[in-house]
Amino acid sequence: MSDERPQSSDQEGLDRQVSRRTLLVSGATGAAALAGLSASGAAARGFASRALDSVSADSVTLASYEENAGIPALAADTKLFTKKYGIDVKTHTFAHGPFQEQINSYLQGHPDDVFTWFAGYRMQFFAAKGLATPIDDVWKVIAPQYAPAFKAAATGLDGHQYLVPTKNYPWAVHYRKSLWKEKGYTAPKTWAQFIALAKKMQADGLTPIALTDKDGWPPMGWFDIINMRMNGYQFHVRLMAGKLSWDTPQVKAVFNKWAELFPYYSEGILGLTWQDGAAQLENKQTGMFFLGSFLTGAMKPANAKDVDLFPFPIINPKWGQDSIDAPIDGNMLSKKPKNIDAAKKLVAFLGSAPALNAYLKINSGNLGTNKHTNTSAYTPLQRKGARLIASTKHIAQYMDRDTRPDFASTVMIPSLQSFISNPGSVDSLVKSIQKQKVAIFGS
Amino acid sequence: MAADIATGVRADGARRRRGRAVRLSNGDRVAMAFMVGIPVLVTGALIWFPTFASIGLSFTNWDGIGGLHTIHWDGTTNYRQIATIYPPFWPAFRHNLYWLAALAFIGTPLGMFLAYQLDKRIRFSRFYQSIFYIPVVIAPAIIGLISELILSPQQGLVSSLFADPRHGHVIDWLGNPQKALGAVLILACWRHASYVMIIYLAGLKALDPSLREAAAIDGASGTRTYFKVVLPALKPINIVLVVITVIEALRAFDIVYIINRGRNGLELLSVLITANIIGEASRIGYGSAIAVVLLTISLVPIIIFVWNSFQEEA
Repeated sequence: MSDERPQSSDQEGLDRQVSRRTLLVSGATGAAALAGLSASGAAARGFASRALDSVSADSVTLASYEENAGIPALAADTKLFTKKYGIDVKTHTFAHGPFQEQINSYLQGHPDDVFTWFAGYRMQFFAAKGLATPIDDVWKVIAPQYAPAFKAAATGLDGHQYLVPTKNYPWAVHYRKSLWKEKGYTAPKTWAQFIALAKKMQADGLTPIALTDKDGWPPMGWFDIINMRMNGYQFHVRLMAGKLSWDTPQVKAVFNKWAELFPYYSEGILGLTWQDGAAQLENKQTGMFFLGSFLTGAMKPANAKDVDLFPFPIINPKWGQDSIDAPIDGNMLSKKPKNIDAAKKLVAFLGSAPALNAYLKINSGNLGTNKHTNTSAYTPLQRKGARLIASTKHIAQYMDRDTRPDFASTVMIPSLQSFISNPGSVDSLVKSIQKQKVAIFGS
Repeated sequence: MAADIATGVRADGARRRRGRAVRLSNGDRVAMAFMVGIPVLVTGALIWFPTFASIGLSFTNWDGIGGLHTIHWDGTTNYRQIATIYPPFWPAFRHNLYWLAALAFIGTPLGMFLAYQLDKRIRFSRFYQSIFYIPVVIAPAIIGLISELILSPQQGLVSSLFADPRHGHVIDWLGNPQKALGAVLILACWRHASYVMIIYLAGLKALDPSLREAAAIDGASGTRTYFKVVLPALKPINIVLVVITVIEALRAFDIVYIINRGRNGLELLSVLITANIIGEASRIGYGSAIAVVLLTISLVPIIIFVWNSFQEEA
């Protein structure tokens, strides 16, 4: 859920309509569960499947969670694909959040040949369950186009490749250049400077830092980055993989450090969506917003041009700024694609430079993962983000992509929300997380 | 003699039964088989099978992927974990009870009161009726959206009118876990009251006016007439209202789900079931166990109701 696409306010109505429709579906299922119908994973299956479309030999189906500008951007890509190969692409666009929620039953039902998905544990989980087709042969051809880190992120636990990456974006602290120039702020390098800057902003009548958590996922980015700054990337990986305990001094230290920032956060964190945060940044009522660069998609283009970023400040000099969350999106093949050759062509094509160039021209909140992406067309913010990712040693995928989906959604979202409403009760919080972690990971 | 009578009766009864059986044509039998068979199949497939499957699954650990062999028997682990280490469970349990209390003590009485007032044939009665009934016509999901427009801290009406969101000062009812439930219960009562109103109004209209006239002639006051004459005469409607109130409270889902997915102070048992089963999480056994808890709670009012109605028939 870290991956909500940019949304402009006039798109919101449409967005809500979509989510209402899916809501009715879940509502029906919820009511069914009340009647004791909870065994109905199969019920959701029917809604998500799109098996009824006819598939001919020269066509391939694609399930997409693109939103807003991503939809025409992807359409431009599929048009190019059809032109190049003479193969028709039938794209089914799903609402972003519900697509993720229904992915289990979707992939077990009658999935499309190709579907958009996320790299990291989230991909590996479904690959290990046999719900995706390995595409090692595709990678033999495309491997030279990617940095090794991307191949690693596309590789399942069994050593086979399952995903072709398309785009990613950095999580960094975003600010408005004009506001900072006017007030004479400079990007902090260390935690102490970060706090000092926040104090200064508060004195200037600003909300120093925006944090929003109605969506449930944004604080995961805060936990990730403070954890990686204090304990390092490997600690993050092992903690997310369930190999480390949560009720340790290291984890408590992360929460306690984080708690120092609460005097500087937005009012009403738990009632705000990330778009509200973007609006606070846009209106110059907040000085900094730590989020994925896609946040500019929710702003007016003129204001988006005024946004700059800096990497999260150093906490422990031992680690410096050597890690960052930069989630990778990509495409995968479902279990039994009806048209496997065309599907393989399509995943390879969607990750190719021409496709990414066409895509990023329309949806510019992201970066192309392909080496040959035309970076000269990037906005200054994109260029800075690309440099930041290229110069950072360790790239993490984000909490909800690096750990088990059930742990992220049923344990961490409520736990982080309870931390935000009560930052003082770290001891009992980590104990509770640890108990649930043991129940889910089994150790 | 007594034996004769007894056999006589028995013979008579047997003859009558046989006689009735003979009168059934083949067509009748087919029709009967369909009339009994189809509902049995439907309830079996849609209610009993899932119910027992849920109960069975609640003792297992399953991620919902793969065939039945991937289901692991887990004993009562799910129940134990839900009760001990799952932080949202007890709040959800409490919130369902609060929901019931709010509907029972505010929503339903308010609806009855509105109906009673509208029944007095005041001017513009139909107009009021339509206004009060609108919340029922609006889908609960839309009520969730409306609540956003009114209560969103950054863009909502309340915050804009009474605070200063442009400068970071907001009124945040939905985000504050202590206030969110109250705000949502107001919405739920608003909707529920109008539902109750229309049902109760129908009952009041069907009531024989002479009852009230008689009470008035006997010198009873309005309140006294209501409590001593109208209320008892409407007993069947009252029972329906009780049942509706309980059902609405237990199946509450839509409003909280659209506001924040039922998290952060808006936990309900129904959303916990959904969060565990439908989402990417797919903790089928865990969610089923919560569903069984909800089923057990639902059984209490259902049993009382069924028991009551059978008693009346006897």
